[in-house]
Amino acid sequence: MTKQIIVPFGPQHPVLPEPIHLDLVLEDERVVDAIPSIGYIHRGFEKLVEKREYPEYVYIAERTCGICSFIHGATYCQGIEQIMNLDVPERAQYLRVIWSEYSRMHSHLLWMGLFADSFGFENLFMNAFRIRERILDVMEQTTGGRVIQGSCKIGGVRRDISNEKLDEMHRDLDSIEREIRDLTTVFLQDDSIKHRLRNVGRLSKEDAYHLGASGPTARGSGVAIDLRKTGYGAYGKLSFQLVTDSCGDCYGRCAVRAKELFTSIDLIRQATQKIPDGPIDIKVTGVPNGEFFARAEQPRGELVHYIKGNGTKFLVRSRIRTPTLTNIPPLVRMLQGCELADVPVIVLSIDPCISCTER
Amino acid sequence: MTGIQEIVPVEVGNLIGKVEEFRDGDYRLVQINCSKVGDVYEINYSFDKDYVFRNLRITVTADTEIPSISGMYWGAFIYENEMHDLFGIQVKGMNIDFKGHLFTTAVKFPFSIASSTLTKDEKP
Amino acid sequence: MIRVAYFEMTKTAIKTLLSTPATILYPAQPAKKTALSRGHVTIDESRCISCGTCQRKCPSQAIVVSKEAKTWQIDRLRCVVCNSCVDTCPVKCLFMDTQYSSPVIARSVEVIAITYVKPVKPEKKDEASA
Repeated sequence: MTKQIIVPFGPQHPVLPEPIHLDLVLEDERVVDAIPSIGYIHRGFEKLVEKREYPEYVYIAERTCGICSFIHGATYCQGIEQIMNLDVPERAQYLRVIWSEYSRMHSHLLWMGLFADSFGFENLFMNAFRIRERILDVMEQTTGGRVIQGSCKIGGVRRDISNEKLDEMHRDLDSIEREIRDLTTVFLQDDSIKHRLRNVGRLSKEDAYHLGASGPTARGSGVAIDLRKTGYGAYGKLSFQLVTDSCGDCYGRCAVRAKELFTSIDLIRQATQKIPDGPIDIKVTGVPNGEFFARAEQPRGELVHYIKGNGTKFLVRSRIRTPTLTNIPPLVRMLQGCELADVPVIVLSIDPCISCTER
Repeated sequence: MTGIQEIVPVEVGNLIGKVEEFRDGDYRLVQINCSKVGDVYEINYSFDKDYVFRNLRITVTADTEIPSISGMYWGAFIYENEMHDLFGIQVKGMNIDFKGHLFTTAVKFPFSIASSTLTKDEKP
Repeated sequence: MIRVAYFEMTKTAIKTLLSTPATILYPAQPAKKTALSRGHVTIDESRCISCGTCQRKCPSQAIVVSKEAKTWQIDRLRCVVCNSCVDTCPVKCLFMDTQYSSPVIARSVEVIAITYVKPVKPEKKDEASA
C-alpha cells in the first residue's frame, strides 16, 4: 500500500480570492481525498438581524459579499415584499433586472480574470479586468458605488435612471460586446488553455444533480437549472436561452460562464428597450409577519433567503444559503483522483465566494 | 412569485421515510435550515424539482438526536455539520463527520439557546 | 468541428501595447469619480434640529447625536457610506460628498457643534378666536 501524506491547501493561496482550507490526502502526486474546513471569515450576520430593524438590514444583507452584492440586497427585499404582500412597480423591477445583469457580468469577468491567473496567463487576467472597469464605471454612474450599489430598498429602488442614460447604456453595449468577444475567443479557442482545462475535474451529470450543484457548476455538466426561468421580478417578461455544456470538466464550466456574458448583454438590451415609465417605489407601512423562502439566481448559482418575521420591527430569523455552500460537496467529489498541480484550477472553477458562504 | 411554497410538518421518527419518498421522486436537496423559536429549534429540509419547492419541517429541543439524511443525499453533510457547529444539534450517522471542526468560531455553538443569554464578556 | 488555434492573444496584446494605458497614476492623478459617487457625509450645522433620526437609522451605529450638548459626531471609520442618513433626514441637512475621507493613523471621532437656533414663533393674535 502506498504511503499517504496530507498537504494543506489554503487558507492563504495566491489563487484564492477568499480563505478556504482544504486538507488534501495524497498518494504520490494523485489526490485521493479532500477535507474542507471553513470559518475564517464568519461575521455573524444572522445574529445581527435580531438587532437591526428590518428596513436597515438591507444595507447589511448587501455587504455579505463584495462580488455578488446587488443580488443579495434584491433577494432580501423580494422576500420581505412577498411576506408583506407589496406590489413593486414595474419600472423598479426592470431597473433591478438591469443592475442584476450588470452585476452578473462583472462577476463573471472577475472570475475569468482570476481563472486565467490560476493557470499563469497574466496578460489575459489584466485584459479581463480592463473590460470589467467599463462595467464598474456604468454601475458607479447610475448608483454611486462600484461594488456595493446600495440602490435596493423595500418597496422598490432608491434611484432612477433617466431615459437618456438608458439609451446611452444601450449604445455602449455594442463596443463592450466586441471586446468581450475577443476575450472569450482566447478562452475557448486557444490551444494552450485547452491543454490545461480539458478532462480536468470531471463531474458527471448524475453526480451534479444529486450532490446539489447549482449554477454554472451544474450547467457545465448538462443539468439545465436556472432560477431566472421561474420568472421572478421582470424576468418573466424577458426571453433568454439557457446555456449548458455536456462535458462536465473545467473547460465546460468556463464555456458556460463565457456564453452567459452574451446572454446578460442580450437581457440588458431587452430591458432597456421594454422598460415602462412610472414610479420607482411605493410607501411601506407595517411590519412583516410570516415566513418565506426567496430564491434568485446569483452568478454562482441558486441563492435562498429564508426570512421569518413575527410582527415586530426586528426579524426572528434570516438565513442566507449561498451557492458556494452547496457547491462544496461536488468540489470534494471532483478533487478525488486529480493531480496535485490541477487543484488550484479545480477549486477556482466552482467560483468560490467564501465570504457569502460564512456570512 | 414562484408559486406556492409548501411546508409539511413531520415527526422526527418519520423523517427518513419522507426523505426517501423525495429521493425516489428525483428531487434534489436545496438546503437544510435551522431556526431558533423560543425554546425549540425548527429544522426545515427543502427540496426542489423543476422549480417546484417543497419543505419538511421538524421541531426539536436541544437534546434531541436527529438521524442524518446523508445516506440518501451525499451532499447533506455540509449542512448537518454546519447545524451542529452553530446550534449544537446532535446529528447521528453523518457520512463525513467533522466533529465540530468544520466551522471554527470563538464561542462554541454561537447561535444556540444557551449562548443567546450570554453577555458580552461571559464565556460559555 | 473544433478549431485549434495558437497565439490567439496576439491581436489583443498588440492592440493594448499601442494604445494608452488603462490605469491612472493614483495618487498623482485624482481618482475618477461621478456625480453620484458616495465618498463621505457632510452636515450643514445651521439646519440640524437634533432629532436623532440619522442615529437610529445608521446600520453601523457611526453617528451619535446629543441634544443637550448640541453636538453631532461621526466615526469616519465606522461609516459605510450607505446614504441612509442622507435619505431619511427630515430637514435635509446631510449631504454626500464625492471624495472619500483620507486615511488616518488613529481612531478618532469627528465632533461638530450644532448652531441651529429655533425661530421664535410670533404671538398668536386674539382676533382668531371669535
